Amino acid sequence: MRILTGNDLVTGQVTWWTGEGWSLHVDEATDVADKADAILAVEQAARRVNGAYAIDATREGGHVRPDHIKDRIRAIGPTVRPDLALAPADPADRDWVI
Amino acid sequence: MYRYDDFDHGMVAARVDEFREQVERRLSGALTEDQFKPLRLMNGLYLQLHAYMYRIAVPYGTMSARQLRKLAHIARTYDRGYGHFTTRQNIQFNWIELKNAPDIMAELASVEMHSIQTSGNCIRNTTSDQYAGAAADEMTDPRPWAELLRQWSTFHPEFSYLPRKFKVAVIASAEDRAAMRLHDIGVEIVRNEAGELGFKVFVGGGMGRTPMVAPLIREFLPAANFISYLEACLRVYNRYGRRDNMFKARIKILVHEIGAAEYARQVEEEWAHVKTLGLDPPAEEFERIAVQFAPPPLDPEAPDELDLGDPDFRVWVDQNIVAHKAKGHAIVTISLKPIGGIPGDCSADQMDLIADLAERYSHDELRVTHAQNLVLPHVAKRDLYTIWQALDAAGLATPNLDLISDIIACPGLDYCALANARSIPVAQKIAERFSSLERQRDVGELKLKISGCINACGHHHAGHIGILGVDKKGEENYQLSFGGSGAEDASVAKIIGPGFSEDGVVDAVEKAVETYQALRDPGERFLDTYRRVGLQPFKEAIYG
Ligand code: SF4
Repeated sequence: MRILTGNDLVTGQVTWWTGEGWSLHVDEATDVADKADAILAVEQAARRVNGAYAIDATREGGHVRPDHIKDRIRAIGPTVRPDLALAPADPADRDWVI
Repeated sequence: MYRYDDFDHGMVAARVDEFREQVERRLSGALTEDQFKPLRLMNGLYLQLHAYMYRIAVPYGTMSARQLRKLAHIARTYDRGYGHFTTRQNIQFNWIELKNAPDIMAELASVEMHSIQTSGNCIRNTTSDQYAGAAADEMTDPRPWAELLRQWSTFHPEFSYLPRKFKVAVIASAEDRAAMRLHDIGVEIVRNEAGELGFKVFVGGGMGRTPMVAPLIREFLPAANFISYLEACLRVYNRYGRRDNMFKARIKILVHEIGAAEYARQVEEEWAHVKTLGLDPPAEEFERIAVQFAPPPLDPEAPDELDLGDPDFRVWVDQNIVAHKAKGHAIVTISLKPIGGIPGDCSADQMDLIADLAERYSHDELRVTHAQNLVLPHVAKRDLYTIWQALDAAGLATPNLDLISDIIACPGLDYCALANARSIPVAQKIAERFSSLERQRDVGELKLKISGCINACGHHHAGHIGILGVDKKGEENYQLSFGGSGAEDASVAKIIGPGFSEDGVVDAVEKAVETYQALRDPGERFLDTYRRVGLQPFKEAIYG
């Protein structure tokens, strides 16, 4: 699947396009198929996201797993500071990062 | 320490106002990101993996307790309770919100700090010896000269848009603790045969994609001509630097391509003109700066004897304390490398504690080292035990200065948008593998440096052992290199062979260390043995 990610303009937080808005949780990311450029143009112009781009990802069970490690790390936070990472409901879910 | 004059205050205050307005315009939509990005970068504000990152200059690595307390306050108020000290003797905060950046800049200005020129193609923060003003082996304090450079280079109109970024280091001792020859310009303060003070000038060093040790461009530059000569060095670069190709735009490429002798000739030619322009400040101006770096009033009666009865204290003294120029005093390195910790990270509480110790026991002075540690430069030996106890209670007394666990590691893929691989977990695993202090001390001095990409912020080219993270088909992979040095025997490390996985590189490092231990002659460091026996025995041990 093709998903969109960027940073919140004001806070810098990593966000994911849900089809209706931007979420902090990668699992809520939606497949934009070939609509990435059009959505990004509108959303960046409206300053709802900054530095946004499209990436490949895979849906596995209830999770969305970005294909590249860089975006998996963006999704949960620094691997060396789990205390600062976004806490998944099941801690084992973090294993998909690396 | 240098204190801002009215001009410095006015300049920084004006920049705070300007930046506040720029941020407001970005938030209101009056500026696009393309328009805003160069403006925020000029003020040290990056967009990294998880948030905005704010880089704050610590001029030549010198700070007061008040300044460190302000950094602790910023960490608590605007970040997530910690900061990261870098190989540029700066500090970075990783979780900054754009709307808060102007307030942070204003907070910094209140303690005479800023983030100006910590990014962009300009002259960056000048770095120096972390033991400046205290080292037993220095000829003079290099910091007044570094401060002169700061004043000359800040907002220098001609050098605000250089072909690439530009870094200068100034030292004043034969032992190089600042990786001086791996800078765009490296300056060593020396005396000539007549006893006059001047400079050896090295130009064209650097790490990154094309690592080079800077060649000597001028054997002796009279002190009075410091600024005009550096102006000439920059002018030649600004004119001929490769603006056509970002990867060839650093001055090292220019010097390498035309040759050091030809570059030096062109600088001399330019200088003949520049020196007539009246750029060199009058001696009184230098004196105005220099008096602010006058040695602190140390106690001449401070006793030299130390009670080393506590064995843990003794090990710390052995490892982390070096000689001070004044009797009865010592220089303390505070390790920010606890085993399994994140190299260079320091919590707000730790910053406050260190600030208190600096105020009480080190004449209100602190230093940041390029190896990502902190230093209390002027400590009476009689206070060492008290300081050690306070540091130990806060997890800051790891006795590992220059040992294998005193690892330089850049933020890597855990934080950095440019990274190919993570650096910090590799550093943690190596430190844990060698966690036995006895083993580390038996191995002796071993400088291990890790970068998460070719930009080499983790100085891997200058590591006795260097590790570079690369992206191999979407997987993290680590190239190992041996034989680098950022010291007075500067050299660039060489890649030893195919790369490794994260665990594989830890095993390879261990095999390299065991090979060294088997082959070393008495008194040899890892680097000495490697230089004597060459790569082959290490390669055989690692690759079989
Ligand atoms: S070396 Fe690369 S990964 Fe490490 S901090 Fe520098 S740019 Fe980022």
